[in-house]
Amino acid sequence: MAQNHTTHGYAPGAHPDLPPPVRTTGPIGWIRANLLSSPLNITLTLLSAWLLWSIVPPALNWALFDAIWSATDRKDCWAQMDEPRAGACWAFIRGSFRLFIYGWYPEPERWRVNVAFILLLLAIVGVLRDNLPGKKYWLWFAVAFPFIGAWLIVGGFGLTPVGTQKLGGILLTVIIGVTGITFSLPLGIALALGRRSELPALRAACVIFIEFIRGVPLITLLFVASTMLTYFLPPGSTFDLLMRVLIMVTLFSAAYIAEVVRGGLQGLSSGQYEAADSLGLTYWKAHRLIILPQALKISIPGIVNTFIGLYKDSVLVLIIGMMDILGLGRARLNDPDWLGLAPELYLFIALFFFLCCFSMARYSLSLEKKLETGHAQ
Amino acid sequence: MNNPDDAQNNSVEPAEPIITINGMHKWFDDFHVLKNINLEVRRGERIVICGPSGSGKSTLIRCINRLEEHQQGTITVDGTELTQDLKNIEIVRSEVGMVFQQFNLFPHLTVLENVALAPIWVRKMPRAEAEESAMQYLERVKIPEQALKYPGQLSGGQQQRVAIARSLCMNPRIMLFDEPTSALDPEMIKEVLDVMIELAESGMTMLVVTHEMGFATAVAHRVIFMDGGEIIEEKPPHEFFENPEHDRTKLFLSQILHH
Repeated sequence: MAQNHTTHGYAPGAHPDLPPPVRTTGPIGWIRANLLSSPLNITLTLLSAWLLWSIVPPALNWALFDAIWSATDRKDCWAQMDEPRAGACWAFIRGSFRLFIYGWYPEPERWRVNVAFILLLLAIVGVLRDNLPGKKYWLWFAVAFPFIGAWLIVGGFGLTPVGTQKLGGILLTVIIGVTGITFSLPLGIALALGRRSELPALRAACVIFIEFIRGVPLITLLFVASTMLTYFLPPGSTFDLLMRVLIMVTLFSAAYIAEVVRGGLQGLSSGQYEAADSLGLTYWKAHRLIILPQALKISIPGIVNTFIGLYKDSVLVLIIGMMDILGLGRARLNDPDWLGLAPELYLFIALFFFLCCFSMARYSLSLEKKLETGHAQ
Repeated sequence: MNNPDDAQNNSVEPAEPIITINGMHKWFDDFHVLKNINLEVRRGERIVICGPSGSGKSTLIRCINRLEEHQQGTITVDGTELTQDLKNIEIVRSEVGMVFQQFNLFPHLTVLENVALAPIWVRKMPRAEAEESAMQYLERVKIPEQALKYPGQLSGGQQQRVAIARSLCMNPRIMLFDEPTSALDPEMIKEVLDVMIELAESGMTMLVVTHEMGFATAVAHRVIFMDGGEIIEEKPPHEFFENPEHDRTKLFLSQILHH
């Protein structure tokens, strides 16, 4: 009411912009509004504080302050603690670290994995950063990377061949994840466009493919890859198991990407198609310049969601006997020296996946912000 | 700025027809939306099409650049007949510009990119040249200073003027306007109409679906009244407004003029 009286002092059209009342802004305003707004809110705030207090310090003590970082085996580990198992025995992870990263990749050739990994990072930077000089060449490099990487890892053409059964651990997980992500995006976009095509045969083929792949669990597809595929191939032909798995994972994720992209395509107003048509752009030019840039922007959250799912689902290959980081880790748990250290192992694997997936999620957020150009049409 | 009598006295010069529509019918599924349309538009002629909503006027001009497909009859645009032939459709579309009610600018591109896009990708013009030409058209519609903004940052009137510049930058021989001011706030209608009047004075062939009767009086050679998918009446604007022949025309005029 007091406010009301003061406003009467201004002539019409001369009212200045006033700051909002102090109690509604700033940290105090925030605390009042979010933590202490009602009796229920206050109770929940206190309960949460108590929960955090009783969980966080013991967890930190176990994982960091009481943890042991170097030891020869678990007995040695526990001997160094006040009481056995009071802290984490990270010495187990440290000791197996090179195995977890490289799998059984031959020791003298491991530099190739390192080079491939550095090239992968460069390719990622090249794709994701905008203001690089010579952006075009970075993109060409990123397109070529999967093939350069494959050559470095598998060998041949001047490098010692390394059988794919030697691949394991994080190396294998990254190979499956990166291959799936790189190839499923273009394939998924093609499927989405095919599903919206005016050619009935093409449309039917895409619908059948997408619905079949979506309707079958990934594990089933992996079993198909590991066993049945040989029946369909000409007798005597050998087809690498890893290759089959990569194809299945790519197809699986492409079907999901296709549906996400289709959602993005449907999110565009028909006016965008009509404007592109009326300017005389052909189907391909309209899609490349007008439709896909907008549809993919709308689809970013869904696409990244699918990528994250794919990356984590790569652990399913352990069911058909491939030793990715999870499979290899579980095998290490059977080592008599390190029995019973499952919490350390699974936390390490969880942290690895979390870091990868969280970076993807953050990147997708920043990409959405960057592509924001005011109101969508 | 424009003397209404100019258009009035300017009875259509005997130029050759640039659009010929003959016995054209169109259906949306079972719905007969355009019935036996016969229309001849001469080079440089300006036609306003009006009629109640659902009368098929938008559909008619959308047939002229094949955004809608007709099922019977013929449409010939500057010597090219519109058929299933994609080549023909491309030729017609690169010569016919269209301005939409909802502007339909490309929101992910700047204003300059919006305008220069088609010359670069359809006309294969070098980028620098296309952008220079785009700037000229932006100056013509009086918003060169907005060139580097995105459409979402502009007002409706400004967006519609960019849309006009985008079409003009393809150097079209015919311009179609589909209710270009219907989605605008009242204070922005004039800035768009001024650009359209200026365009009319330059001799552009124009087909305009609109309810702006002031605009029709000022620039149109002919006003076409459509109802129920048919052309009911076509006359020079003064005759059309003063001596409408059919009852449906009279009813429509009384509804839009006396409110």
